[in-house]
Amino acid sequence: MEPIISIKDLNLSIGNSSILRNINVDIPKNKITIILGPSGCGKTTLLRCLNRLNDLNPQVKITGSIIMHGEDILHTSTDVTEIRRKAGLLSQRPYPLPMNIFNNVAYGLRINRDLPRKEMHQRVEEMLRQVSLWEEVKDRLKEPAGRLSIGQQQRLCLARGLAVHPEIILADEPTSALDPISSEAIEQKFRELKDEYSIVMVTHVLRQARRIADYVVFMYLGEVVEQGTAKELFENPQKEMTQAYLKGLYLN
Amino acid sequence: MRTVMFLCTILIVTILFIILYSIFKKGLPALSWEMISQVPKGGYYLGKEGGILNAIIGSLYLALGSTVLALVVSLPVALYLNTQLVRYGRLTEFVRFLMDLMWGVPSIVYGAFAFTIMIALGIRASLLAGIITVALFIIPIMLRSMDEILKTTPRGLLEASISLGSTYSEVSYRVYLKQCLPGIVTAVLLSFGRAIGDAAAILFTTGYTDHIPTSLSQPSATLPLSIFFQLSSPIPEVQNRAYASAVVLMVIILIISIVSRILANRFIKHQIKH
Repeated sequence: MEPIISIKDLNLSIGNSSILRNINVDIPKNKITIILGPSGCGKTTLLRCLNRLNDLNPQVKITGSIIMHGEDILHTSTDVTEIRRKAGLLSQRPYPLPMNIFNNVAYGLRINRDLPRKEMHQRVEEMLRQVSLWEEVKDRLKEPAGRLSIGQQQRLCLARGLAVHPEIILADEPTSALDPISSEAIEQKFRELKDEYSIVMVTHVLRQARRIADYVVFMYLGEVVEQGTAKELFENPQKEMTQAYLKGLYLN
Repeated sequence: MRTVMFLCTILIVTILFIILYSIFKKGLPALSWEMISQVPKGGYYLGKEGGILNAIIGSLYLALGSTVLALVVSLPVALYLNTQLVRYGRLTEFVRFLMDLMWGVPSIVYGAFAFTIMIALGIRASLLAGIITVALFIIPIMLRSMDEILKTTPRGLLEASISLGSTYSEVSYRVYLKQCLPGIVTAVLLSFGRAIGDAAAILFTTGYTDHIPTSLSQPSATLPLSIFFQLSSPIPEVQNRAYASAVVLMVIILIISIVSRILANRFIKHQIKH
Protein backbone atom coordinates (compact mmCIF):
# COMPACT_ATOMS: atom_id res chain seq x y z
CA MET A 1 0.00 0.00 0.00
CA GLU A 2 1.10 3.50 -0.79
CA PRO A 3 2.60 5.17 2.31
CA ILE A 4 1.47 8.69 3.17
CA ILE A 5 4.92 9.62 4.39
CA SER A 6 8.29 8.07 3.55
CA ILE A 7 11.17 8.89 5.83
CA LYS A 8 14.49 8.15 4.11
CA ASP A 9 17.96 8.10 5.70
CA LEU A 10 17.00 10.67 8.26
CA ASN A 11 19.75 11.85 10.59
CA LEU A 12 19.27 14.54 13.16
CA SER A 13 21.71 16.14 15.54
CA ILE A 14 21.55 18.95 18.03
CA GLY A 15 24.90 20.65 18.34
CA ASN A 16 27.39 17.79 18.57
CA SER A 17 25.08 15.12 19.83
CA SER A 18 23.38 12.81 17.40
CA ILE A 19 19.71 12.31 18.25
CA LEU A 20 18.37 10.28 15.31
CA ARG A 21 20.40 7.95 13.11
CA ASN A 22 19.49 6.37 9.76
CA ILE A 23 15.75 6.45 10.16
CA ASN A 24 13.88 4.73 7.34
CA VAL A 25 10.17 4.45 7.94
CA ASP A 26 7.13 4.29 5.69
CA ILE A 27 4.03 5.55 7.43
CA PRO A 28 0.93 3.80 6.05
CA LYS A 29 -2.14 5.72 5.02
CA ASN A 30 -5.35 5.55 7.10
CA LYS A 31 -3.69 3.54 9.85
CA ILE A 32 -2.59 4.21 13.38
CA THR A 33 1.18 4.13 13.46
CA ILE A 34 2.70 3.91 16.91
CA ILE A 35 6.24 5.04 17.59
CA LEU A 36 7.18 3.01 20.60
CA GLY A 37 10.25 3.11 22.79
CA PRO A 38 11.68 4.08 26.14
CA SER A 39 12.01 7.73 27.19
CA GLY A 40 14.77 9.65 25.48
CA CYS A 41 15.00 7.42 22.43
CA GLY A 42 14.11 10.21 20.00
CA LYS A 43 10.45 9.35 19.40
CA THR A 44 9.21 12.88 19.98
CA THR A 45 12.02 14.42 17.92
CA LEU A 46 11.10 12.13 15.03
CA LEU A 47 7.45 13.09 15.33
CA ARG A 48 8.33 16.79 15.35
CA CYS A 49 10.25 16.35 12.09
CA LEU A 50 6.96 15.51 10.39
CA ASN A 51 5.57 19.02 10.81
CA ARG A 52 8.90 20.83 10.87
CA LEU A 53 8.53 21.85 14.49
CA ASN A 54 12.26 21.28 14.98
CA ASP A 55 12.75 24.45 12.92
CA LEU A 56 12.15 26.31 16.16
CA ASN A 57 15.56 25.21 17.36
CA PRO A 58 18.32 26.57 15.08
CA GLN A 59 20.86 24.13 16.53
CA VAL A 60 19.03 21.20 15.00
CA LYS A 61 20.72 19.81 11.87
CA ILE A 62 18.75 17.41 9.73
CA THR A 63 19.87 15.35 6.72
CA GLY A 64 17.88 12.88 4.66
CA SER A 65 14.39 13.32 3.35
CA ILE A 66 10.76 13.05 4.33
CA ILE A 67 8.60 12.50 1.28
CA MET A 68 4.95 13.42 1.34
CA HIS A 69 2.95 13.47 -1.91
CA GLY A 70 6.16 13.19 -3.89
CA GLU A 71 7.66 16.24 -2.27
CA ASP A 72 10.49 16.39 0.24
CA ILE A 73 9.02 18.41 3.10
CA LEU A 74 12.43 18.95 4.69
CA HIS A 75 13.83 20.78 1.69
CA THR A 76 10.88 22.34 0.09
CA SER A 77 9.94 25.45 -1.75
CA THR A 78 6.46 25.18 -0.28
CA ASP A 79 5.67 27.41 2.65
CA VAL A 80 6.31 25.66 5.97
CA THR A 81 2.90 26.76 7.24
CA GLU A 82 1.33 24.76 4.39
CA ILE A 83 3.15 21.63 5.57
CA ARG A 84 2.01 22.24 9.12
CA ARG A 85 -1.59 22.60 7.99
CA LYS A 86 -1.44 19.08 6.60
CA ALA A 87 -0.27 17.68 9.92
CA GLY A 88 -2.20 18.45 13.07
CA LEU A 89 -0.36 18.08 16.37
CA LEU A 90 -1.73 16.89 19.67
CA SER A 91 0.85 17.58 22.33
CA GLN A 92 1.50 15.87 25.65
CA ARG A 93 -0.22 18.63 27.55
CA PRO A 94 -3.15 20.34 25.87
CA TYR A 95 -2.64 24.00 24.97
CA PRO A 96 -5.98 25.59 24.18
CA LEU A 97 -5.75 29.09 22.74
CA PRO A 98 -6.38 32.07 25.04
CA MET A 99 -9.96 32.57 23.86
CA ASN A 100 -13.37 31.03 24.46
CA ILE A 101 -14.30 27.46 23.61
CA PHE A 102 -16.17 28.37 20.44
CA ASN A 103 -13.36 30.53 19.09
CA ASN A 104 -10.77 27.82 19.73
CA VAL A 105 -12.45 25.62 17.16
CA ALA A 106 -13.33 28.57 14.94
CA TYR A 107 -9.64 29.53 14.89
CA GLY A 108 -8.86 26.17 13.32
CA LEU A 109 -11.61 26.57 10.75
CA ARG A 110 -10.51 30.11 9.86
CA ILE A 111 -6.97 28.89 9.08
CA ASN A 112 -8.32 27.68 5.76
CA ARG A 113 -11.08 30.17 5.13
CA ASP A 114 -13.47 32.42 6.93
CA LEU A 115 -17.04 31.21 7.01
CA PRO A 116 -20.34 33.05 7.34
CA ARG A 117 -21.62 33.17 10.93
CA LYS A 118 -24.27 30.53 10.60
CA GLU A 119 -22.10 28.07 8.75
CA MET A 120 -19.30 28.67 11.24
CA HIS A 121 -21.64 27.73 14.05
CA GLN A 122 -22.65 24.53 12.32
CA ARG A 123 -19.08 23.56 11.58
CA VAL A 124 -17.93 24.23 15.16
CA GLU A 125 -20.76 22.07 16.47
CA GLU A 126 -19.85 19.36 13.99
CA MET A 127 -16.21 19.43 15.10
CA LEU A 128 -17.09 19.35 18.79
CA ARG A 129 -19.48 16.45 18.18
CA GLN A 130 -16.74 14.59 16.36
CA VAL A 131 -14.66 14.56 19.56
CA SER A 132 -17.73 13.93 21.77
CA LEU A 133 -17.37 17.28 23.49
CA TRP A 134 -20.49 19.03 22.23
CA GLU A 135 -22.89 17.77 24.90
CA GLU A 136 -20.47 18.84 27.64
CA VAL A 137 -19.80 22.36 26.38
CA LYS A 138 -22.84 23.40 24.33
CA ASP A 139 -24.13 25.69 27.10
CA ARG A 140 -20.77 27.29 27.86
CA LEU A 141 -19.28 28.03 24.45
CA LYS A 142 -18.42 31.58 25.50
CA GLU A 143 -16.37 30.45 28.49
CA PRO A 144 -12.58 30.56 28.40
CA ALA A 145 -11.15 27.29 27.13
CA GLY A 146 -8.68 27.25 30.00
CA ARG A 147 -11.51 26.50 32.42
CA LEU A 148 -12.23 23.09 30.92
CA SER A 149 -10.77 19.99 32.56
CA ILE A 150 -7.50 18.69 31.10
CA GLY A 151 -9.30 15.81 29.42
CA GLN A 152 -11.83 18.17 27.84
CA GLN A 153 -9.02 20.53 26.81
CA GLN A 154 -7.24 17.71 25.00
CA ARG A 155 -10.40 16.83 23.11
CA LEU A 156 -10.93 20.52 22.32
CA CYS A 157 -7.38 20.65 20.93
CA LEU A 158 -8.18 17.60 18.82
CA ALA A 159 -11.33 19.31 17.51
CA ARG A 160 -9.34 22.46 16.77
CA GLY A 161 -6.72 20.40 14.94
CA LEU A 162 -9.36 18.52 12.91
CA ALA A 163 -10.98 21.84 11.98
CA VAL A 164 -7.86 22.73 9.98
CA HIS A 165 -8.59 19.56 7.98
CA PRO A 166 -5.15 17.93 8.08
CA GLU A 167 -4.21 14.67 6.40
CA ILE A 168 -2.17 13.37 9.29
CA ILE A 169 -2.63 13.64 13.03
CA LEU A 170 0.59 13.67 15.01
CA ALA A 171 0.12 12.84 18.66
CA ASP A 172 2.87 13.08 21.23
CA GLU A 173 1.83 10.96 24.21
CA PRO A 174 -1.56 12.69 24.04
CA THR A 175 -2.99 10.75 26.96
CA SER A 176 -0.12 10.94 29.42
CA ALA A 177 -1.60 13.86 31.35
CA LEU A 178 -5.15 12.52 31.23
CA ASP A 179 -7.27 10.37 33.50
CA PRO A 180 -8.14 6.83 32.32
CA ILE A 181 -11.60 7.78 31.07
CA SER A 182 -10.36 10.73 29.01
CA SER A 183 -7.50 8.58 27.69
CA GLU A 184 -9.97 5.94 26.61
CA ALA A 185 -12.04 8.63 24.88
CA ILE A 186 -9.01 9.82 22.90
CA GLU A 187 -8.05 6.27 21.92
CA GLN A 188 -11.61 5.55 20.83
CA LYS A 189 -11.59 8.74 18.71
CA PHE A 190 -8.37 7.69 17.04
CA ARG A 191 -9.90 4.35 16.05
CA GLU A 192 -12.83 6.19 14.45
CA LEU A 193 -10.69 8.86 12.83
CA LYS A 194 -8.35 6.55 10.98
CA ASP A 195 -10.87 6.10 8.19
CA GLU A 196 -10.29 9.72 7.25
CA TYR A 197 -6.87 10.50 8.64
CA SER A 198 -3.50 8.85 9.04
CA ILE A 199 -2.44 8.91 12.67
CA VAL A 200 1.09 8.84 14.06
CA MET A 201 1.28 8.54 17.80
CA VAL A 202 4.24 8.46 20.14
CA THR A 203 3.94 6.48 23.32
CA HIS A 204 6.01 4.58 25.81
CA VAL A 205 2.99 2.77 27.18
CA LEU A 206 3.08 -0.74 25.80
CA ARG A 207 -0.52 -1.56 26.69
CA GLN A 208 -1.74 1.48 24.81
CA ALA A 209 0.27 0.49 21.77
CA ARG A 210 -1.20 -3.02 21.87
CA ARG A 211 -4.70 -1.58 22.10
CA ILE A 212 -4.70 0.70 19.11
CA ALA A 213 -1.67 0.13 16.88
CA ASP A 214 -1.92 -0.97 13.27
CA TYR A 215 1.72 -0.39 12.50
CA VAL A 216 4.52 -0.17 15.04
CA VAL A 217 7.94 1.47 14.89
CA PHE A 218 10.12 0.45 17.80
CA MET A 219 12.94 2.85 18.57
CA TYR A 220 15.86 2.69 20.91
CA LEU A 221 18.69 5.22 21.39
CA GLY A 222 17.91 7.22 18.26
CA GLU A 223 17.58 4.26 15.93
CA VAL A 224 14.70 2.24 14.59
CA VAL A 225 15.23 -1.25 15.94
CA GLU A 226 12.29 -2.91 14.29
CA GLN A 227 9.10 -2.02 12.50
CA GLY A 228 6.13 -3.87 11.10
CA THR A 229 2.42 -4.38 11.43
CA ALA A 230 1.16 -4.64 14.99
CA LYS A 231 0.49 -8.35 14.53
CA GLU A 232 4.00 -9.09 13.26
CA LEU A 233 5.79 -7.01 15.80
CA PHE A 234 3.85 -7.94 18.89
CA GLU A 235 3.44 -11.63 18.14
CA ASN A 236 6.65 -12.40 16.43
CA PRO A 237 9.35 -9.83 17.16
CA GLN A 238 12.58 -10.55 15.29
CA LYS A 239 15.08 -8.52 17.29
CA GLU A 240 16.25 -9.43 20.75
CA MET A 241 15.83 -5.85 21.95
CA THR A 242 12.21 -5.73 20.86
CA GLN A 243 11.51 -9.03 22.59
CA ALA A 244 13.04 -7.72 25.79
CA TYR A 245 11.02 -4.50 25.65
CA LEU A 246 7.79 -6.34 24.98
CA LYS A 247 8.46 -8.57 27.96
CA GLY A 248 8.84 -5.43 30.01
CA LEU A 249 12.51 -5.98 30.69
CA TYR A 250 14.61 -2.90 31.17
CA LEU A 251 16.92 -2.07 28.32
CA ASN A 252 20.38 -1.19 29.37
CA MET B 1 14.61 37.63 55.83
CA ARG B 2 10.93 38.11 56.57
CA THR B 3 11.73 41.02 58.87
CA VAL B 4 13.79 42.68 56.12
CA MET B 5 10.97 42.24 53.61
CA PHE B 6 8.47 43.58 56.09
CA LEU B 7 10.58 46.64 57.01
CA CYS B 8 11.34 47.47 53.37
CA THR B 9 7.66 47.26 52.47
CA ILE B 10 6.74 49.54 55.35
CA LEU B 11 9.53 51.96 54.36
CA ILE B 12 8.41 52.18 50.72
CA VAL B 13 4.76 52.62 51.60
CA THR B 14 5.59 55.25 54.23
CA ILE B 15 7.77 57.27 51.84
CA LEU B 16 5.05 57.10 49.19
CA PHE B 17 2.46 58.37 51.63
CA ILE B 18 4.72 61.17 52.91
CA ILE B 19 5.23 62.37 49.34
CA LEU B 20 1.52 62.15 48.55
CA TYR B 21 0.59 63.83 51.84
CA SER B 22 2.94 66.77 51.43
CA ILE B 23 1.83 67.37 47.85
CA PHE B 24 -1.85 67.13 48.67
CA LYS B 25 -1.48 69.23 51.79
CA LYS B 26 0.07 72.10 49.91
CA GLY B 27 -1.70 71.57 46.62
CA LEU B 28 -5.33 70.93 47.53
CA PRO B 29 -6.00 74.36 49.14
CA ALA B 30 -4.54 76.08 46.07
CA LEU B 31 -6.50 73.92 43.65
CA SER B 32 -9.58 75.57 42.22
CA TRP B 33 -11.90 75.13 39.28
CA GLU B 34 -10.47 78.30 37.84
CA MET B 35 -7.02 76.75 37.86
CA ILE B 36 -7.92 73.73 35.78
CA SER B 37 -10.33 75.47 33.44
CA GLN B 38 -8.39 78.53 32.32
CA VAL B 39 -5.17 79.31 30.55
CA PRO B 40 -2.70 81.65 32.33
CA LYS B 41 -3.72 85.29 32.13
CA GLY B 42 -1.24 88.16 32.24
CA GLY B 43 0.68 88.02 35.51
CA TYR B 44 -0.37 84.48 36.38
CA TYR B 45 3.17 83.64 37.40
CA LEU B 46 3.14 86.64 39.71
CA GLY B 47 0.11 85.33 41.57
CA LYS B 48 -2.63 86.88 39.41
CA GLU B 49 -5.60 85.19 37.73
CA GLY B 50 -5.62 82.25 35.35
CA GLY B 51 -4.96 78.55 35.35
CA ILE B 52 -2.91 75.75 33.89
CA LEU B 53 -5.35 74.40 31.30
CA ASN B 54 -2.67 74.98 28.65
CA ALA B 55 -0.31 72.65 30.49
CA ILE B 56 -2.98 70.01 31.20
CA ILE B 57 -4.08 69.85 27.57
CA GLY B 58 -0.48 70.11 26.33
CA SER B 59 0.65 67.25 28.57
CA LEU B 60 -2.26 65.04 27.54
CA TYR B 61 -1.55 65.70 23.84
CA LEU B 62 2.13 65.01 24.34
CA ALA B 63 1.74 61.89 26.47
CA LEU B 64 -1.06 60.37 24.38
CA GLY B 65 0.74 61.15 21.12
CA SER B 66 4.05 59.72 22.24
CA THR B 67 2.43 56.66 23.86
CA VAL B 68 0.54 55.85 20.67
CA LEU B 69 3.67 56.39 18.59
CA ALA B 70 5.76 54.22 20.92
CA LEU B 71 3.06 51.53 20.97
CA VAL B 72 2.97 51.35 17.19
CA VAL B 73 6.73 50.68 17.19
CA SER B 74 7.14 48.61 20.36
CA LEU B 75 4.33 46.10 20.04
CA PRO B 76 5.37 44.62 16.68
CA VAL B 77 9.02 44.47 17.79
CA ALA B 78 8.15 42.79 21.10
CA LEU B 79 5.90 40.27 19.33
CA TYR B 80 8.54 39.64 16.66
CA LEU B 81 11.19 38.96 19.30
CA ASN B 82 8.98 36.45 21.09
CA THR B 83 7.52 34.55 18.16
CA GLN B 84 9.50 34.51 14.96
CA LEU B 85 12.88 35.36 16.47
CA VAL B 86 12.49 33.10 19.49
CA ARG B 87 14.78 30.53 17.89
CA TYR B 88 17.64 33.00 17.56
CA GLY B 89 18.48 33.29 21.24
CA ARG B 90 21.64 35.34 20.79
CA LEU B 91 20.07 37.93 18.54
CA THR B 92 17.10 38.47 20.86
CA GLU B 93 19.38 38.72 23.88
CA PHE B 94 21.41 41.35 22.02
CA VAL B 95 18.31 43.39 21.22
CA ARG B 96 17.23 43.12 24.85
CA PHE B 97 20.66 44.28 25.99
CA LEU B 98 20.50 47.31 23.66
CA MET B 99 17.05 48.19 24.94
CA ASP B 100 18.24 47.92 28.54
CA LEU B 101 21.08 50.31 27.72
CA MET B 102 18.66 52.74 26.10
CA TRP B 103 16.40 52.45 29.13
CA GLY B 104 19.33 53.66 31.23
CA VAL B 105 19.99 56.76 29.12
CA PRO B 106 18.71 59.85 30.98
CA SER B 107 15.85 61.64 29.28
CA ILE B 108 17.80 64.92 29.08
CA VAL B 109 20.17 63.13 26.68
CA TYR B 110 17.23 62.27 24.42
CA GLY B 111 16.19 65.91 24.65
CA ALA B 112 19.66 67.16 23.78
CA PHE B 113 19.96 64.64 20.92
CA ALA B 114 16.64 65.68 19.44
CA PHE B 115 17.55 69.33 19.90
CA THR B 116 20.75 68.98 17.83
CA ILE B 117 18.78 67.35 15.04
CA MET B 118 16.13 70.07 15.22
CA ILE B 119 18.81 72.77 14.94
CA ALA B 120 20.41 71.00 11.98
CA LEU B 121 17.06 70.79 10.21
CA GLY B 122 15.95 74.23 11.31
CA ILE B 123 12.86 73.02 13.17
CA ARG B 124 11.41 75.05 16.03
CA ALA B 125 10.33 73.60 19.34
CA SER B 126 6.93 72.05 18.74
CA LEU B 127 4.42 69.50 19.95
CA LEU B 128 5.45 67.11 17.18
CA ALA B 129 9.15 67.33 18.06
CA GLY B 130 8.24 66.69 21.69
CA ILE B 131 6.04 63.71 20.82
CA ILE B 132 8.81 62.12 18.77
CA THR B 133 11.47 62.75 21.43
CA VAL B 134 9.34 61.39 24.26
CA ALA B 135 8.34 58.40 22.11
CA LEU B 136 12.05 57.61 21.58
CA PHE B 137 12.59 57.88 25.28
CA ILE B 138 9.71 55.59 26.28
CA ILE B 139 10.12 52.98 23.52
CA PRO B 140 12.78 51.00 25.45
CA ILE B 141 10.60 51.10 28.56
CA MET B 142 7.50 49.96 26.74
CA LEU B 143 9.28 47.40 24.60
CA ARG B 144 11.11 45.71 27.44
CA SER B 145 8.05 45.66 29.70
CA MET B 146 6.01 44.02 26.93
CA ASP B 147 8.87 41.69 26.16
CA GLU B 148 9.10 40.47 29.75
CA ILE B 149 5.37 39.71 29.70
CA LEU B 150 5.44 38.01 26.31
CA LYS B 151 8.40 35.88 27.46
CA THR B 152 6.17 34.22 30.03
CA THR B 153 3.93 32.71 27.33
CA PRO B 154 4.26 28.92 27.54
CA ARG B 155 6.40 27.49 24.74
CA GLY B 156 3.73 24.85 24.17
CA LEU B 157 1.26 27.56 23.18
CA LEU B 158 3.62 28.79 20.44
CA GLU B 159 4.12 25.22 19.21
CA ALA B 160 0.41 24.43 19.34
CA SER B 161 -0.39 27.60 17.39
CA ILE B 162 2.15 27.15 14.64
CA SER B 163 1.30 23.45 14.39
CA LEU B 164 -2.17 24.50 13.32
CA GLY B 165 -0.56 26.15 10.34
CA SER B 166 -0.83 29.70 11.65
CA THR B 167 1.55 32.23 10.24
CA TYR B 168 3.74 34.11 12.67
CA SER B 169 1.59 37.21 12.37
CA GLU B 170 -1.52 35.20 13.25
CA VAL B 171 0.33 33.72 16.22
CA SER B 172 1.45 37.20 17.25
CA TYR B 173 -1.72 39.19 16.91
CA ARG B 174 -4.35 36.55 17.60
CA VAL B 175 -2.71 34.36 20.22
CA TYR B 176 0.15 36.19 21.96
CA LEU B 177 -1.63 39.53 22.05
CA LYS B 178 -4.68 37.95 23.64
CA GLN B 179 -2.65 35.86 26.07
CA CYS B 180 -0.62 38.86 27.23
CA LEU B 181 -3.11 41.69 26.91
CA PRO B 182 -3.31 42.53 30.63
CA GLY B 183 0.49 42.77 30.82
CA ILE B 184 0.68 44.78 27.63
CA VAL B 185 -1.87 47.26 28.97
CA THR B 186 0.31 47.61 32.08
CA ALA B 187 3.37 48.22 29.92
CA VAL B 188 1.57 50.95 27.97
CA LEU B 189 0.37 52.51 31.19
CA LEU B 190 3.83 52.49 32.72
CA SER B 191 5.18 54.24 29.64
CA PHE B 192 2.34 56.75 29.65
CA GLY B 193 3.24 57.62 33.25
CA ARG B 194 6.85 58.20 32.24
CA ALA B 195 5.79 60.25 29.22
CA ILE B 196 3.47 62.58 31.10
CA GLY B 197 5.83 63.03 34.02
CA ASP B 198 9.06 63.71 32.21
CA ALA B 199 10.41 67.26 32.00
CA ALA B 200 13.93 66.92 30.65
CA ALA B 201 13.16 65.41 27.24
CA ILE B 202 10.66 68.17 26.44
CA LEU B 203 12.60 71.12 27.84
CA PHE B 204 14.25 71.99 24.53
CA THR B 205 11.99 70.17 22.14
CA THR B 206 8.47 71.23 23.06
CA GLY B 207 9.04 74.73 24.38
CA TYR B 208 6.45 76.48 26.51
CA THR B 209 3.50 78.67 25.77
CA ASP B 210 0.46 80.11 27.52
CA HIS B 211 -1.83 79.00 24.71
CA ILE B 212 -3.37 75.65 24.01
CA PRO B 213 -1.66 74.30 20.88
CA THR B 214 -3.93 73.94 17.87
CA SER B 215 -1.48 72.16 15.60
CA LEU B 216 1.47 69.80 15.89
CA SER B 217 3.89 72.46 14.70
CA GLN B 218 3.13 74.79 17.61
CA PRO B 219 5.02 74.72 20.88
CA SER B 220 3.11 73.45 23.87
CA ALA B 221 3.04 73.82 27.63
CA THR B 222 3.37 70.72 29.76
CA LEU B 223 2.57 69.98 33.41
CA PRO B 224 6.11 69.11 34.57
CA LEU B 225 7.50 72.35 33.13
CA SER B 226 4.54 74.27 34.48
CA ILE B 227 5.30 72.84 37.93
CA PHE B 228 8.95 73.79 37.49
CA PHE B 229 8.22 77.40 36.50
CA GLN B 230 5.72 77.92 39.29
CA LEU B 231 7.96 76.31 41.87
CA SER B 232 10.88 78.59 40.91
CA SER B 233 8.76 81.62 41.73
CA PRO B 234 9.62 83.46 44.96
CA ILE B 235 5.92 84.08 45.63
CA PRO B 236 4.45 81.48 48.07
CA GLU B 237 1.04 81.57 46.40
CA VAL B 238 2.53 80.62 43.05
CA GLN B 239 4.60 77.89 44.71
CA ASN B 240 1.44 76.38 46.16
CA ARG B 241 -0.08 76.38 42.68
CA ALA B 242 2.87 74.21 41.64
CA TYR B 243 1.74 71.64 44.18
CA ALA B 244 -1.80 71.97 42.93
CA SER B 245 -0.49 71.25 39.41
CA ALA B 246 1.28 68.18 40.78
CA VAL B 247 -2.03 67.01 42.23
CA VAL B 248 -3.60 67.39 38.77
CA LEU B 249 -0.77 65.39 37.23
CA MET B 250 -1.19 62.59 39.75
CA VAL B 251 -4.95 62.49 39.35
CA ILE B 252 -4.53 62.11 35.57
CA ILE B 253 -2.17 59.18 36.11
CA LEU B 254 -4.57 57.67 38.64
CA ILE B 255 -7.53 57.87 36.28
CA ILE B 256 -5.55 56.31 33.44
CA SER B 257 -4.38 53.51 35.78
CA ILE B 258 -7.85 52.63 36.97
CA VAL B 259 -9.36 52.64 33.49
CA SER B 260 -6.55 50.45 32.13
CA ARG B 261 -6.84 47.99 35.02
CA ILE B 262 -10.55 47.61 34.40
CA LEU B 263 -9.91 47.03 30.70
CA ALA B 264 -7.10 44.55 31.40
CA ASN B 265 -9.18 42.54 33.85
CA ARG B 266 -11.81 42.00 31.23
CA PHE B 267 -9.34 39.99 29.20
CA ILE B 268 -7.43 38.16 31.90
CA LYS B 269 -9.93 35.30 32.07
CA HIS B 270 -8.80 33.92 28.73
CA GLN B 271 -5.18 33.59 29.75
CA ILE B 272 -3.70 30.09 29.49
CA LYS B 273 -1.67 29.10 32.54
CA HIS B 274 1.49 27.05 32.48
